[in-house]
Parts: sequence; structure tokens; C-alpha cells
Amino acid sequence: MTTTTSVPMSPVNVARQIRYRDAINEALRQEMERDENVIVMGEDIAGAAGREHLGFIDSWGGAFRTTQGLIQQFGNQRVLDTPLSEAAFVGAAIGASSTGMRAVAELMFVDFVGVCLDQLINNAAKMRYMFGGQVKVPFTLLTRIGAGFGSAAQHSESFYSIFSHMPGLKGVVPSDPYTAKGLLIASIRDDDPVVYFEHKGLYGDTGPVPEEPYALPLGKARTVRQGSDVTLVGISRMTWVCVEAAQELAKAGINAQVVDLLSVSPIDYDHIVDSVRRTHRLVVVDEDTPVCSLASDICARVAEEAFDYLDAPPSRVTAPHTPVPYSRPLENTYLPNAARVVKTVQGLFRSGR
Amino acid sequence: MDLDRAGLLSLYRTMVTIRRFEERGIPETGQRRMSASVHSSAGQEAVPTGICAHLTDQDYIASTHRGHGHCIAKGVDPKLMMAELFGRSTGPNKGKGGSMHIADMSKGMLGTNGVVAASVPLAVGAALTSKLKKLGRVAVAFFGDGGSNQGVLHESMNLASVWKLPVIFCCENNGYAESTPVEYALSTANVADRAAGYGMPGFHVDGMDVFAVYEAAGQAVARARAGEGPSLLECRTYRYYGHTVFDNPLTYRTKEEEAYWRARDPLKLFRERVVPEGLVSAQELDGIDRQVEQQMDEAIKFADASPLPDPPQLYEDVYVSYPKDMMKRGANMEV
Repeated sequence: MTTTTSVPMSPVNVARQIRYRDAINEALRQEMERDENVIVMGEDIAGAAGREHLGFIDSWGGAFRTTQGLIQQFGNQRVLDTPLSEAAFVGAAIGASSTGMRAVAELMFVDFVGVCLDQLINNAAKMRYMFGGQVKVPFTLLTRIGAGFGSAAQHSESFYSIFSHMPGLKGVVPSDPYTAKGLLIASIRDDDPVVYFEHKGLYGDTGPVPEEPYALPLGKARTVRQGSDVTLVGISRMTWVCVEAAQELAKAGINAQVVDLLSVSPIDYDHIVDSVRRTHRLVVVDEDTPVCSLASDICARVAEEAFDYLDAPPSRVTAPHTPVPYSRPLENTYLPNAARVVKTVQGLFRSGR
Repeated sequence: MDLDRAGLLSLYRTMVTIRRFEERGIPETGQRRMSASVHSSAGQEAVPTGICAHLTDQDYIASTHRGHGHCIAKGVDPKLMMAELFGRSTGPNKGKGGSMHIADMSKGMLGTNGVVAASVPLAVGAALTSKLKKLGRVAVAFFGDGGSNQGVLHESMNLASVWKLPVIFCCENNGYAESTPVEYALSTANVADRAAGYGMPGFHVDGMDVFAVYEAAGQAVARARAGEGPSLLECRTYRYYGHTVFDNPLTYRTKEEEAYWRARDPLKLFRERVVPEGLVSAQELDGIDRQVEQQMDEAIKFADASPLPDPPQLYEDVYVSYPKDMMKRGANMEV
């Protein structure tokens, strides 16, 4: 029941600081350089497809510029702008990946997954099993999560939980530039289908990132802050909400350990259970909605595997069971924040607990 | 017609193998209480036979819930298919797939598929692989008249056309989506009419006549191999039995209609064409019938003698790599 490996907090002796967005771009570029079977497809990932007589003008480079410059380097046979037809191109990426390619497809927002979910759950996730192990599907789906930008209900969701729920899929939620690069390289190199969740609120964040390619382990969490009184588990951007809360709690004499989940499938339960056995309290902070969520799952696992160590009920701070609203005061209320985390943690320390 | 004697006999053998696999394998599967979800393609044999005669093991097909015929025509061993239907570990899918997921990657067979038209983009992706790696392979996406109304098919036809991929979209129009007649559910006179909307040629052929299918498929496959892009090939055919074994088709169609189509049986049409022309003899065809019957006996014997999967196999092949304990962690499993 011990965690033998986990993801380090940050790279050692790296001075170079780049943005989360650029870390994603660099990972794609380096993997395409390494392996000619790696192709990238999606809507406007280059832009201006079909106007090659103007040169590869790369008018968009992706809705969030994460694929900028790739078409100039790799051409329009490996950087494929698609028609607006996610079911077809996600399915085609799965078909290509099961016949010798290592395809990366971009789904602009996770909210759009409904139009291609069948391909993900009935083909990508199940083909290897249904076929008795005859096929590998080294397919990566890039997609985006995150509220806080006034994009309302259909461009802001964070539902990674539906992918965690599906046997056959893996999923990662990088939280900074270092993990963004290392987990994307690992996702592309992995022989199973992986869904890679970029958080829109992290694109501008900078951090140390090694220039050379490196892969971080899939399915491993990391501790980003040591503590002894309560374990806070953060998912994607919520990790930094946990850190902010931990700083507040420290002022009140509560020493919180912050675990950054990093993978939503496989989930590093061992890392969390280990931590809770030492801190005796758990709060999971999840930007997703609360019902049948990753947060509920982690609480259930800890209740089963660390019941005797718990001094308080495993608890959650999540979005409410509502769609993401538009207007600023509503959206600000929707999102988990440090104040809610602090209050929830303090509740676990009241007398009688 | 570019078919020599061996080619003709091969077409016939494939069609008879499909027919007898369906007519013997499905009831035998039922007797072993193995599956409720088995779909017979008896009556539709000419379609996969005429198309796959143009393909090699390196080419790809993606199939449907009614896919035994596609498997056999693409070269999957009926003996192994029988084992799969019986849930045996010797099946190509080790007993994990059954009728609706039979796959044989060594034959370019990307699986029968339980979701209508869901396999179509897989064929598009396989064709993309072929194009990018310059392999010269083509991919056939099979679907039915029911599948012809699924959005993913339309997206896939557009994408394959835009990217000029070597795909043959093959509609096996058997007249019914479960119990819903095609003339009710289709907005155009023929499925093939829709090809125009995607900038590709559309062929509408008699799917009971293996020569008509062979001829049209030859053009579509040649176009794909030449890098000229996809085609839509609609083959009008008929399924002799219900949607599944539980379906009584006489609740939605007539005996007269069934008799009309049975009079145009693909095996019968084949004989009526080749025997009078002296291309092959009736005795030779009778001999194939007997050989196939024996092959089915052996397939059933092989399947029955094959071991069932061990329960711990349940956890295998979910992923290439994943923590083993995660498959059952918290589930309180007995094995």
C-alpha cells in the first residue's frame, strides 16, 4: 500500500520558464519530431486549410494557439484541419491509431464530447477488450475544461469523471507547464487511449520546463505541499486553489498537505490513502459537479481503505449540481475557491470530530 | 468479367460458407444458450463476397452487427468464428467479443460492431493510415439502410471525400432497419443518391447478383487505389430471417415479399448464370456444398471441444498497461 513512484513537484535545476500553452505546443512538436506516425487533427488547429497556395499560413494555430507553428514544420499531411465533424474525425483518429498511426485529435471543448462520445466509449475504450487483445489504440484526445471566463454552460464544463468511469480510457489533468509537457508526451507515447484535459485558466501560467523531451508517469499523483493535519486533493487548476487555502489554514495553525491528482484514470488512490493515514482528514476539491464525481469516488475509496484512520468524514468542495452560469457573480459563486476550502476544513476540526 | 474458373468457384464457396455458417451456426449457438444478440446475414451473401473478392489481407473492412458474412468474405476462419459465438477462448476475440465484435487484425478485419454505423469512421481512419504511409490499401465501411441515416456516416463520407481517402462506403440495403421499412426512413429514392451530396460517385446495384456487386465494387476499389477518393456503393439485398433470432419478420413483411426475394437467391442466381454458360458444372458446385457442410460440422466440433475462458481473463486486455488491482479494486470480486 505504499507509493513507490510519484511525480516530482518540479524539475531540478531548470531555469527556463515557459507558459503552460507553450509546454503543450513543445510536447506536440517534439513527439512529431520523434515519431513520424504522430499526426494531429482537429478544427482550426492550423487554420485556413485549403489555402496552401498562400503558404502554410497557420491563421489560427488552434482555438487556444496550442498547435501554432506545427503545420509549417510538419506540413498538412500530419497537421490536419478537419471539417466540423467530431464524430468522423475522432473516429478516424481511433481507426488510424488502431492501424499503425499514433493520432492526436483535438476536441475544442469537453462540452462538445456528446457529438463524438460514441466513438470514444464504444470504439476507443472497448476495441482492445472486445477484440481479445488483438489491437492497440495509441490515441490521444486533447480537450479543454474549466469555468471562469464568462463562456457559460456549453464551453466551461470540467467533466473528466465520465472518462474516469469508462474502462479502457486513461485521463490526465496537468496543472502546470512542467506536468503539461511531461504528461502530454507520456499520453502520446502510451499504447492506450488517453484523454488529455487542458485547463483554460492555466494557459498563461509560467513555470520551469526542461527543453529536452521527458515523460511523466501516467496514473501518479504528486504532493505539492507537505502537511500533517489534513489532506487536500486538487484536480487540475483546483490544485492551486488548495495551495491558496493551505496558506490561509497555516495562519490558523492547520497544516494541510496538498496532493495534485494529475491523472483521472488510473487514479493514484495509494498516494491519497497514504496521505490520509498520516493526516486523518480529507477534502477533495473538484471543479466538476458533485454527483457521481471524481470527488465522491475518492471519498468512497478513502472511507473503505482508511476508515480507521479518519478523524472526520471525507469531504468535498465542488461546483454545485447546476450548469455553468454566464453572469460574473453567478459564475464566481459556482467555482470552488480557497475560502470555501478553508471553511470546509475548519468544519472538520470542530469539537466532537 | 475478369473471373476465371478458380475465381468463380471461390465466389461460390464464400457465399455458401456464409449461408451455412448463418443457418447452422446461429441455431447451434442458441442451443448452447450463448447469445441473444446474433444477426443472420443469410440472403445477403453476394454483397461481402463480391466486394471482398477485390481485397487482400492488407486491405481493411469495418463491419456491422450483421457481420458474419463480412468476416468470412475477408478470410476470417469460420471455425474460429464458431468458437467465438460459442464463447470459447479459441475464438479470435478469446470469447470476449461474440457475434457483434468479431475482429481479426491479421485479416484487416476491424470488427463487427454493435452500434449502427459506429465502425464507419474506423474504416476512414484505416484509409488515412494507408494514405499517409503510402500503403496502397483500401478500406471498406459496411453499413445497412438503417445506418445510412446515422449522422456519423454522413460526417465520415464528407471527411473521406475532403481528404480523398481510399474508402468504399458500402450500404447493404436489406429493406429494413429492424422492423422499419427503408421507404419510410429514407428521404431519397436510393441511398446511392446521397453520394452526390458528398462529391463522390454512387452506385446502385442488385445485391442479390454477385456479379453486379463484383463489377461495381471493382470500379470503386480501382478508384480508391488510384488515389481518386471514396465511392458509395449501395447493394439492394434482403435478409431471409428476422433482425435477431427473436424477431418474427412476418409481423412487418409479407410471405409474398419473402418469396419474391428468395426466388432471387444469390446462390441460385449464381448457378443459373454460370452452369448454362458451361463455366463450371453443377456437380462442382454440389461438391462445394458438401465440403462446406463438412467444414461446418468440424467448426462446431472444434468450438465444442474448445475451452471456455477462465474467469480471471475478465480482467485482461482492458488496457495495454494499467495497474492490475484497479480492475477490481473496491468491487468485492470473488476472483
